[in-house]
Amino acid sequence: MGAFAPWSGITLFSGNLMSNRLFKEKMVERSLFFTALISLLALAGIVIFLFMEGMPLFAHYSLTDFFFGELWYPAEDPGVFGILPLITGSLAVTLLSSVLAIPLGVLPAIYLNEIAHSNTRRILKPFIELLAALPSVVLGFLGMVVLAPFIQSAFGADTGLNLLNAALVLTVMTVPNICSISEDALHAVPNSLREGSLALGATKWQTIVRVVVPAAVSGIGTAIMLGMSRAIGETMVVLMCAGGAGIIPDSLFTPIRPMPASIAAEMAEAPFGSDHYHALFAIGIVLFVFTFIFNIVAYRIAAKHRQVGTSSL
Amino acid sequence: MSQAIANDSAMSRRMQEKGMFAFLRLSAWFNVAVLAAVCLYLCYNGLPVISLEFLTEAPRNMMTEGGIFPCIVGTAILALGALIIAFPLGVASAIYLNEYAGKTRMAGIIRLGVNNLAGVPSVVFGLFGLSFFVTFLGFGVSILSGVLTLAVLTLPVIISTAEEALRSVPDTYREASLALGAGKAQTIARVVIPSALPGMLTGAILGVARAAGETAAIMFTAAVFFTPKNPTSIFDSVMCLPYHIYVLCTAGTEIDKTRPLQFGTAIVLIVLVLGMNMIALVVRDRLQQKH
Repeated sequence: MGAFAPWSGITLFSGNLMSNRLFKEKMVERSLFFTALISLLALAGIVIFLFMEGMPLFAHYSLTDFFFGELWYPAEDPGVFGILPLITGSLAVTLLSSVLAIPLGVLPAIYLNEIAHSNTRRILKPFIELLAALPSVVLGFLGMVVLAPFIQSAFGADTGLNLLNAALVLTVMTVPNICSISEDALHAVPNSLREGSLALGATKWQTIVRVVVPAAVSGIGTAIMLGMSRAIGETMVVLMCAGGAGIIPDSLFTPIRPMPASIAAEMAEAPFGSDHYHALFAIGIVLFVFTFIFNIVAYRIAAKHRQVGTSSL
Repeated sequence: MSQAIANDSAMSRRMQEKGMFAFLRLSAWFNVAVLAAVCLYLCYNGLPVISLEFLTEAPRNMMTEGGIFPCIVGTAILALGALIIAFPLGVASAIYLNEYAGKTRMAGIIRLGVNNLAGVPSVVFGLFGLSFFVTFLGFGVSILSGVLTLAVLTLPVIISTAEEALRSVPDTYREASLALGAGKAQTIARVVIPSALPGMLTGAILGVARAAGETAAIMFTAAVFFTPKNPTSIFDSVMCLPYHIYVLCTAGTEIDKTRPLQFGTAIVLIVLVLGMNMIALVVRDRLQQKH
């Protein structure tokens, strides 16, 4: 940008071709710049409208009751809006699925990048990317139709729609994400490190465990954080598979109601402008803050601990 | 003696390595197995439902009979509409980021915004669409609201793939064009964009696929369970494939009766979404072979 005079091309009597062109160049750059701002505007718009519709609840409902209340009875008069069971439900399902998804995502990434033959890699990688593209509503549907009856009969649970079911389906959703970002991180580790380790007499396995993975650990950390962000914000899976009961989970088989499920299930029946409507937007704020923190942490990890080598995430 | 021990430990190390490698290979194939299982299970249960009638007719008899034609139309309108809005905006943003801003502070801030926008949960996009497009701008639950919401949602996908495509254009192209006396804008329009176009189109396809499979963002903004007429204006609400699956298998009293329809709808959606992704993957593979 810098100083730029829009009249420079117009007022010069010489009709200077050069400055006319410069003027055009500047206009192009300006308009591209303003278009590029649209992502920031969208993000700001999301924050503004979430707060605009969510904050009115707190005019007469205390923040403490909202965050630490253990009862979610939004349809009663007056409504009770304690979201502690919703938050714990979200955290429980996210943590459980992460415990499963981290090894299931990182190990294949190591295999693809360090061990697999390049032809195998060319076949396997697209499959994992296709797995990432499966629409969440289809996975949620399979969770209801296939996994729920199985969990019910295999573990004798009261209902197959519960914490375990939702966490398993979420695992399927987040594994491919974690895998491809981890793979990029491993790919960015320079070959000289591997060669150095092998030249010192280390085996391939030792090289992977002691050299390559530690060198890529920040990228893998980013992958995991982004996977968790995806899991906590995922809606359809927890809406369809988690059971929908607003209780604090105490076992794998407790039906739960994570935050996104509550928003999606109740928005249609919450009268416009009611406390319930505002409460659902307030949950949206909490959810947004959670995912925002996960994302910021993910990119902080990526930026602070610059990966060894020339390229980074 | 010591030689034997050394051999022994080398042997066990090799065994350990073999074992670990086998385990890693298994973990990779496990993912493929999950994808295969999902597709095969859906096909096994859903293919018998697929017929010309299913694809070209509207639902009948309280949704328990007939087809899903209106849902296919609705999904196509929303996804393509979102693309028409998001693609030019996304490509322009990417051009600014890659060709003009480079590594400046402003570019860093915009990239941070794009990354965070990509991480916003789809239900939050739905809330934003409801409060901004549906209520504040007064578009109502309509195609327009849904298209705009999905456009915001797919924007980060398009920006990051387009930026990647631009990055892969070698600098020598730009330098050659500038050396011939072309201006920067000319260089970008005539040289950089044409060679980055296939990569950008890959992003466009991925964006459409993402929008077509999206449910939570359209359930408050565009989708309805049933509407008897085909949409005639951008202010009409529509039926959509993902929302159709969700409602059929969670609401109403006929859940078991409509089970085959649910599988059929899921197959159509999967074929659409995975098909588009496969096209994108093939295009990208070709590009990588070329460079």
